[in-house]
Amino acid sequence: MSERRARYLSLEEGGFALLLAATAFLCLIIAGKTFDQVLAFHASLISLAAAVGTFFIFRRYFDGDTMPIPQEVDGKPNYNMAPVEFAAWASVFWGIAGFLVGLIIALQLAYPALNLDLPWTHFGRMRPLHTSAVIFAFGGNVLLATSMYVVQRTCRARMPGRILPWFVVLGYNLFIVVAGTGYLLGVTHGKEYAEPEWYADYLLTVVWVFYLLLFLGTLWKRKEPHIYVANWFYLAFIVTIAVLHVFNNMALPISMYSSKSYIVWAGVQDAMVQWWYGHNAVGFFLTAGFLAIMYYFIPKRADRPVYSYRLSIVHFWALIFIYIWAGPHHLHYTSLPQWASTLGMTFSIILWMPSWGGMINGLMTLSGAWDKLRTDPVLRMMVVSVAFYGMSTFEGPVMSIRAVNSLSHYTDWTIGHVHAGALGWVGYISFGALYCLIPWLYNKKDVYSLRLVDWHFWVSTLGIVLYICAMWVSGIMQGLMWRAYDSLGFLEYSFIETVDAMHPFYVMRALGGGLFLLGALIMVYNLYMTARHGESAEAVAAQPDGRLAAAE
Amino acid sequence: MGELKKEVDELSGVETTGHEWDGLKELNNPLPKWWLYIFYASIVWSIGYWIVMPSWPLVSSYTAGVIGYSQREVATREFDTAMAERAETGSKLLEASLDEIRSTPELLEFAMASGSAAFADNCAPCHGTGATGFVGYPNLQDDVWIWGGTMDDIAQTISYGVRSEHEDTRFGEMMAFGRDEILNKEEIAAVANYVAANLAGSTPEEGADLALGETVYVDNCAACHGDEGLGSPELGAPNLTSPNYLYGNSVEAIEAQVYSPRHGVMPPWIDRLGETTVKSLAVYVHSLGGGQ
Repeated sequence: MSERRARYLSLEEGGFALLLAATAFLCLIIAGKTFDQVLAFHASLISLAAAVGTFFIFRRYFDGDTMPIPQEVDGKPNYNMAPVEFAAWASVFWGIAGFLVGLIIALQLAYPALNLDLPWTHFGRMRPLHTSAVIFAFGGNVLLATSMYVVQRTCRARMPGRILPWFVVLGYNLFIVVAGTGYLLGVTHGKEYAEPEWYADYLLTVVWVFYLLLFLGTLWKRKEPHIYVANWFYLAFIVTIAVLHVFNNMALPISMYSSKSYIVWAGVQDAMVQWWYGHNAVGFFLTAGFLAIMYYFIPKRADRPVYSYRLSIVHFWALIFIYIWAGPHHLHYTSLPQWASTLGMTFSIILWMPSWGGMINGLMTLSGAWDKLRTDPVLRMMVVSVAFYGMSTFEGPVMSIRAVNSLSHYTDWTIGHVHAGALGWVGYISFGALYCLIPWLYNKKDVYSLRLVDWHFWVSTLGIVLYICAMWVSGIMQGLMWRAYDSLGFLEYSFIETVDAMHPFYVMRALGGGLFLLGALIMVYNLYMTARHGESAEAVAAQPDGRLAAAE
Repeated sequence: MGELKKEVDELSGVETTGHEWDGLKELNNPLPKWWLYIFYASIVWSIGYWIVMPSWPLVSSYTAGVIGYSQREVATREFDTAMAERAETGSKLLEASLDEIRSTPELLEFAMASGSAAFADNCAPCHGTGATGFVGYPNLQDDVWIWGGTMDDIAQTISYGVRSEHEDTRFGEMMAFGRDEILNKEEIAAVANYVAANLAGSTPEEGADLALGETVYVDNCAACHGDEGLGSPELGAPNLTSPNYLYGNSVEAIEAQVYSPRHGVMPPWIDRLGETTVKSLAVYVHSLGGGQ
């Protein structure tokens, strides 16, 4: 076998080469013919990326490096960890970028002059940049990295394909760049959390379908009789996000040479589709995906079995079945019919326990190992993350109640609620996973400095608490001021007075966000030092369960 | 691979399921009772809620719920009630003259409440929350009134606006003495210095020809602004003896205004706010301190 050096292009490589070459050609035509400068820029960018991809596929062919990749080395699965590594560092980069933009817009709300009066740095463009950067760029890359790692390890199988994993990881990050630069240059769909225009949506759709194939392919190749619970959650996340993305972005471009498109849904149907999407982006991207991370990294780090298999089954199915109904609670007291609003609210209440099932399984996995919280700040971070998950999945159903919502809707309370989940749950479980993943990927014993993890933990916890408390007070105050009437039936406060009253809380919120960013920067240093100078793990013997990735 | 290796976890004494992935195992704990019961309770509560309230879609209608609650009806009813309550005093306000409103405590209280609420949401963006104005937007706290400061004058200005699209709008424009080449540069500089020194109370430039300025003023400006510079509310010609100039009272600002005057616009509010609210606003604005 080692003698065979026949030059051949595998079906996979040939297929991708064809797809990329066709994309490069098509995008070149669009870039040449469009009068839309942003589209010209984006088409050129995609064309260039596709051309470079084609070049690399053929370079390997001409180098004669066509040996099939061994599926096993020394009797151990030959895991493909390079794309995981890329996605892990990409998440670190986008995380810092996203937190920084968040801090900037928080400061803009407190001190509007900071928008510099330029269109590119204006709040209206920076805000979607922040949300997309933290959710899709940071969160998305964490999910890509961990899902590729976890599915390989728990299936004891290498991901299929030579090009496929790279196509998914690089294609996804190209989408992020196209989407983000589009926002800054003023191209937007105007749908919350789905702002990228039609061509970026197409790009993501193609990448996502390949992601699904990659994940299913790995499951198909598995050497384990059963599929681990984390993989159910990853699969639910991938499948549902595909469906949500396609339906919410059904738009007709005004021309192939224009970045502008119109959505096919109209009026209240459009609003309902948007919030069916928006709510389930939270449910399946930020909940199901990150629960998958929890189900692998917490038991692994705590070295304890998962608390209850039965609970994991029941809460998994309950969660994915019920979440999908809860979207209308974003549209209480609007032109949405009342029956839809009521139905969404009741399903949101029913959702409380299925959400908490994940929290119980995460926390109770620690039973018998609670003492580790004192000594292991990484585990502490992940456990506090689950606590924030529990807090915000209780707050969510409460806010979905129509009477509560009539006070909380459109106020900062919502922003506080979202950030309890985003900073506390998604942020912390991701940081915890990265603190585990980077040492594993680089064959290191542990992170460079646990003391620095401790610092990260306390600095950012203070930041989160400041953030959430400021938004609770500001939001409830804002809601009460809006609905205050004087004895003669006139509004007590003008809108501008409510804005003025929120100023001190906006300053406090920015301070909280600044601390969170500071904590993340400590993490970046720590992860870098782990990769460069961390203490090497002693062969595989130190970890009898084979925690270390076999060298490729 | 394939066979289950059930074992008992030492720490908890609970059996595992026998599955193992990458060193990860699962305990076979039952569902927590309290968790299950709250889950059931939330489902039972929801079913109850569906019976009572509008909830499930049907082919061309929906289940209306047994108590017949409709958020649309409730909103309409609450709106109508609030409007009826206001209309009671509001209609009295409509019939009363502005002076009568001022002298009737009940009407005055209502007008002030209505006026301050309307002011904050409609007028404050230009005139400021404290009504002290900005450059180009008149200060309503002082006693300088371009179009008159009596309650009727104020009501008229609010109703129809200034240089607005309304046919009854107040209208007045100063000539562009520089741009239209009526005066030359020296004359404009002289008259600006004259106005600064003698009327506006600001500092003229050194060596300015105030005598020429006076001649230019008398020949060109006095017709509208008056010999004494006291202005004319009928023409919308500002009083030049107050330091609160709309576009600033420095020599440069006056020069710019004489050369090519800026003419701000105030929109008409009568069609948007209605007569009751406009009357309330007139009373409110008049009370701010400068009313005549």
